[in-house]
Amino acid sequence: MTRVEFWQGNTACAEGALAAGCTFFGGYPITPSTEVAEHMAAKLPKKGGVFIQMEDEIASMASIIGASWTGARAMTATSGPGFSLMMENIGFAVMTETPCVVVNVQRGGPSTGQPTMSAQGDMMQVRFGSHGDIAIIALCPATVQEMYELTIKAFNLADKYRVPVFLMTDETIGHMREKIIVPDTVERVGRKPFSAGSPPFRVTDKDLIPGFPTFGTGQHVHVTGLTHDERGYPAATHPALHEALVRRLVDKIENARYEMADYDVINPDAEQVFVAYGAPVRTVMQVMHDKKDKNIGFLRIRTVWPFPEKALFAFKNAKRFLVPEMNLGQIAREIERHVCVPVRTIPKLGGELHTPKELVAALEEKP
Amino acid sequence: MRNEVRFSGFGGQGIILSAVILGRAAVMYDNKFAVQTQVYGPEARGGASMSQVVIDDEQILYPKVSVPDIYVIMSQEGFEKYGASAQESAIMLIDSTLVHSRPKCRCIEIPATREAKLNLKKDIVANIVMLGALVAATHVVSEESLKKAILDSVPKGTEELNLKAMQLGLQLGKQS
Amino acid sequence: MSYDDWFRKDRLPHIFCAGCGNGTIINCTLAAVDQMNWKKEDTIFVSGIGCSSRAPGYILTDSLHTTHGRAIAFATGVKMAKPDFNVVVFTGDGDMAAIGGNHFIHACRRNIDLTVVCMNNQIYGMTGGQGSPTTPRGCLSSTTPAGCNEAPFDLCDLAIAAGANYVSRWTSYHVKELEKAVKVGLETPGFSFIEVLVQCPTAFGRRNKFRQVMDHVEYLRSHSLLKAKRDRLLEKNQPVPEDMFVVGELMKRNRPALGVKP
Repeated sequence: MTRVEFWQGNTACAEGALAAGCTFFGGYPITPSTEVAEHMAAKLPKKGGVFIQMEDEIASMASIIGASWTGARAMTATSGPGFSLMMENIGFAVMTETPCVVVNVQRGGPSTGQPTMSAQGDMMQVRFGSHGDIAIIALCPATVQEMYELTIKAFNLADKYRVPVFLMTDETIGHMREKIIVPDTVERVGRKPFSAGSPPFRVTDKDLIPGFPTFGTGQHVHVTGLTHDERGYPAATHPALHEALVRRLVDKIENARYEMADYDVINPDAEQVFVAYGAPVRTVMQVMHDKKDKNIGFLRIRTVWPFPEKALFAFKNAKRFLVPEMNLGQIAREIERHVCVPVRTIPKLGGELHTPKELVAALEEKP
Repeated sequence: MRNEVRFSGFGGQGIILSAVILGRAAVMYDNKFAVQTQVYGPEARGGASMSQVVIDDEQILYPKVSVPDIYVIMSQEGFEKYGASAQESAIMLIDSTLVHSRPKCRCIEIPATREAKLNLKKDIVANIVMLGALVAATHVVSEESLKKAILDSVPKGTEELNLKAMQLGLQLGKQS
Repeated sequence: MSYDDWFRKDRLPHIFCAGCGNGTIINCTLAAVDQMNWKKEDTIFVSGIGCSSRAPGYILTDSLHTTHGRAIAFATGVKMAKPDFNVVVFTGDGDMAAIGGNHFIHACRRNIDLTVVCMNNQIYGMTGGQGSPTTPRGCLSSTTPAGCNEAPFDLCDLAIAAGANYVSRWTSYHVKELEKAVKVGLETPGFSFIEVLVQCPTAFGRRNKFRQVMDHVEYLRSHSLLKAKRDRLLEKNQPVPEDMFVVGELMKRNRPALGVKP
């Protein structure tokens, strides 16, 4: 059984979190993400969960990490300026392998920028913004339906890989209302169980993920942001140990990039290929629908990080990749890294979504 | 069949709610697809408010309104900012109590604010009067669906008032 | 059990300098915790960054050694998600009053059921002796080479004004009083704040005429003014000596609190 709703993207995100079993939300108001917090404030306590409005985004991020160690599925939601403040504790979550979900409803930056307008300017920040070498997972919904589904997926990936997972949406999808089909039940993938008595950060599986020793289960685990050994004890001046730890934290995500890759390949024989994620997907789909041309391909990506570069190679005849983004060309650079044909960025700043006309103009330009 | 409807007025008139109700009627009760979007400014009241709805029998790809074919304009500033450029083939419903300009396209004058005040003693439901008139004039959603969507969306205790406002709008729309 | 049973013995020796007072404060805190008959698995220690924040690493419970200044924010998440846990925060003057100042006052305002023990050595010890928000006027540090020219925070006044249920101040000299104060803090629902002035021979004493560890401890003793004595001076309209600091239980009240065990 399913039901139809007419929901705002941010509502669908909050409802997805509730369906996924989120029991802790720590947040701070910021446009255009606030509806997520408001919806959680209204609904979460009624379901036995905890909503707390923290004093800033630094504290919001800290609170969800603390809650996660008690076993809770924990989430926060923010936008650019708040996201910048979260970078510090995002790194802590990566280093301590703490599952958590961070929603970034992107708006125009830099700085305060355009609070009520749409952008995708934080796509590199989410990947590289916290100091040191890190790896994270970032998902980008293009519909209100995907806001719901990818939020649930974010919780499952966070628990599975013990890493912060980011729902990198944008004001366009966050604030639009559209039809959504809500399922009765959703899939939940929990954390890997911890075998009592073993060192808390010892890894024996090929996936490089340690079991999760939830606080309160008598494991006496010491969790530190310092470089630590498999016991969790600080070992910050040990070069080999540091290298092994950081490589494992990165490898456990990057090695699994095909396993978690979520994308659609449309018209793989095409010579001109659009690549898009988030709101611009909608414009590309409109152009594909209007043109009905097998020579126009489309790679629609939902897991932007880790980047599923293999998907690009599905387009064997590609002569050019066209990448509409609501930034000056961030993921276009990632694509350039992997392909030998020209990559045409179609940047758009200002807060509005690309129009079909703009994409058609790029498509039809003479090389 | 794709319809693009643009609502504009001043903040506090319920412009965004009108668009949400229309989208909701299409999706929940007419079994169609709809996307509702809005323009946000920093002000919570006043200013020119604008919200748009795309209604389609098929899945909506590009979610924004490019060229509206239906307008509902409830303030002079809203007309100047969001209505004046209407293409000639469009239909525009205007709250003639508050808007003195007229567009080049077909214009339906609905004295919604005056009629709401006179008949219902509440000008706050002028937006619902306009929705009734919109449906009577364009059939962009069915009357029954509009009624259900209004009942879903308005505060408890105001259902009767809002249904009267819708009926009033339907009458005004049919007369024009 | 004794407080000794709470130590994570395979982590010893610790990193604290010879003569450091932090160990004294950890002992007093654990002695108080031990009297609460709490189970280890229900007790969580949380800290930020700095010498004081290394404490949870030497304690055999689940513990979070977090980012600089954020301990109380992390602890808020732990406690709100699981009010059944007993959550104790170790922090220092730089960690809690400078970079973490906002989290501190908001936790006091929420009156969340945490016990926060602040080891106030009036300096950044771990980074080598820079001035902190509690460095007294005139004192030397590597960033106040001509003497500190800013006014220090009174952390207890701050906690009281912001709404904490329990506030007391002692020093590393007053071990019995400190142990008792921590115990009352652990027992009191809501936010409990215990400030402990502590010697730092390496970063503070060396620069500020406390050549010997005991010179500084003796200074802390002789410049402590019991709250009762201070109150009597005030009653009699007599001046309170400016070079002394008040010690004792400075606030105990029962305002509504957040995250209390059901």
